[in-house]
Amino acid sequence: MIHSATHHPGFLSPTGVEITFLLVGLATLGAAVVTVTTRQLVHAALWLVVALGGIAVEYLLLTAEFIAWVQVLIYVGSVVVLLLFGLMLTKAPIGHSPDADSENRWVALAVALAAAGTLVWVVADAFRSTWIDVHHGTGQSATKVTGSSLFRFWVLPFEALSVLLLAALVGAIVLSRRRADVLPPAPDGSTAPHGKDR
Amino acid sequence: MNDTLHVVLRLVAVLVAFLVLPLLVGQTEHKVMAHMQGRLGPMYAGGFHGWAQLVADGVKFAQKEDVVPADADRRIFQLAPAVALLPYLLVLIVIPVGPHGFVGEAVDAGLFFVLAVMGVGVLGSLMAGWASANKFSLLGGLRTAAQLMAYELPMLLAAASVAMAAGTLSLPGIVESYHWWWTLWQLMGGLVFFTAGLAELQRPPFDMPVADSEIIFGAYTEYTGLRFALFLLAEYAGIVVLCGLTTVLFLGGWHGPWAGSVGWLWTLLKTAVLAFIVIWLRVSYPRLREDQLMKFAWTVLIPISLVQIALTGVVKVVTS
Repeated sequence: MIHSATHHPGFLSPTGVEITFLLVGLATLGAAVVTVTTRQLVHAALWLVVALGGIAVEYLLLTAEFIAWVQVLIYVGSVVVLLLFGLMLTKAPIGHSPDADSENRWVALAVALAAAGTLVWVVADAFRSTWIDVHHGTGQSATKVTGSSLFRFWVLPFEALSVLLLAALVGAIVLSRRRADVLPPAPDGSTAPHGKDR
Repeated sequence: MNDTLHVVLRLVAVLVAFLVLPLLVGQTEHKVMAHMQGRLGPMYAGGFHGWAQLVADGVKFAQKEDVVPADADRRIFQLAPAVALLPYLLVLIVIPVGPHGFVGEAVDAGLFFVLAVMGVGVLGSLMAGWASANKFSLLGGLRTAAQLMAYELPMLLAAASVAMAAGTLSLPGIVESYHWWWTLWQLMGGLVFFTAGLAELQRPPFDMPVADSEIIFGAYTEYTGLRFALFLLAEYAGIVVLCGLTTVLFLGGWHGPWAGSVGWLWTLLKTAVLAFIVIWLRVSYPRLREDQLMKFAWTVLIPISLVQIALTGVVKVVTS
């Protein structure tokens, strides 16, 4: 790694990128840990923004620009907004939330460590010492490279994920329908929550 | 060295545009609204037709006390205006103004960059709404979130239709492959994009989240002084960005007579016309109710944008 720096002089030499990658990774990990340990619910959601943004920066450093922006669009722009919406609906208090702590934290820690260990082991085992030069597709064609590799080599996982998401969508609709049957219908005009006397 | 200077100069130019254009739109809104309502609007500040009114407003805002409510979450309350404003500055960097690289910085997946970063700006309103410890602010934040989730999807679909038509995600690339008949081909998508953008900016008639006559400016109720001014600036910067993007994606950006030499003027002109329409809509349309807002997004905009995508696909396959 170090000797390659001499072949690529410049402001951000390959090792510079690697160091940045590592530092951003540490910051992301820190934000993620704060997300699950803070006692303030909304702060947890906002730290999640930092963690997800950090992952987007990592994608950028790996020159997967398109993936980085999609990460920001979907996770920061939509998923976190949905989370905050839910927190506001349930009137998350300012300051400590009394019920932000869970009895399951040790189980959760074990599951998290096991999942992380499995993922790291799979990735490390899959690539071992393969050196992937991510900088060959930079510039104006990076998105094209991402697109063609996604739909040429990874199209089966991509489609499988789509089916999974579709199943989740249908499941969500089914669950919310069932609840509507159990609850009694609103007494009058539930479609107009705001009074008509304006 | 020369390259660094070049980049710095471009960024400074973008910053100047970011500070000037929203004020221009704001001043135009003052005057246009006034004349549409049979008034004169600001007439004294600066002498000629009150041209310096917004400068005077800025001085006024800077002098006001910066109050943070006692029960508020201090840091988030203070951070929120920056989160609301900065995304629009970032977006402005990648909007192409003229041909031959007349752009702050060309980004390869520029279209997605723009949509992603614009979505982040709404987080500022949400943070403000929650951290103010005020029920009106909370209501405003809730409405903001609901509105964003409803209008983000049609906006994305309309933008995706343009990307399909152009075969690229780069904003300069999209303008380069533009032909005059695209505006007709992508008309539905353009209308959906513009409408959804208005809703994302919370401009009338989609200003339920800040409805000043019922929830007292929603998430911004507790803000004073400069921080409130930053939220206002974010709104006008948002108008500039939305109109610029609609110009670039649907109206052909710098295309027009003598595009080679005065292309940038065409972009600015089209943007200005769209900004005028935004102001016009504010004067002429009543506010939509929250349920009408949701119904409009889910039952009108999304089906139209899906039809547009199908149309784009069919035409693309037939012509290629």
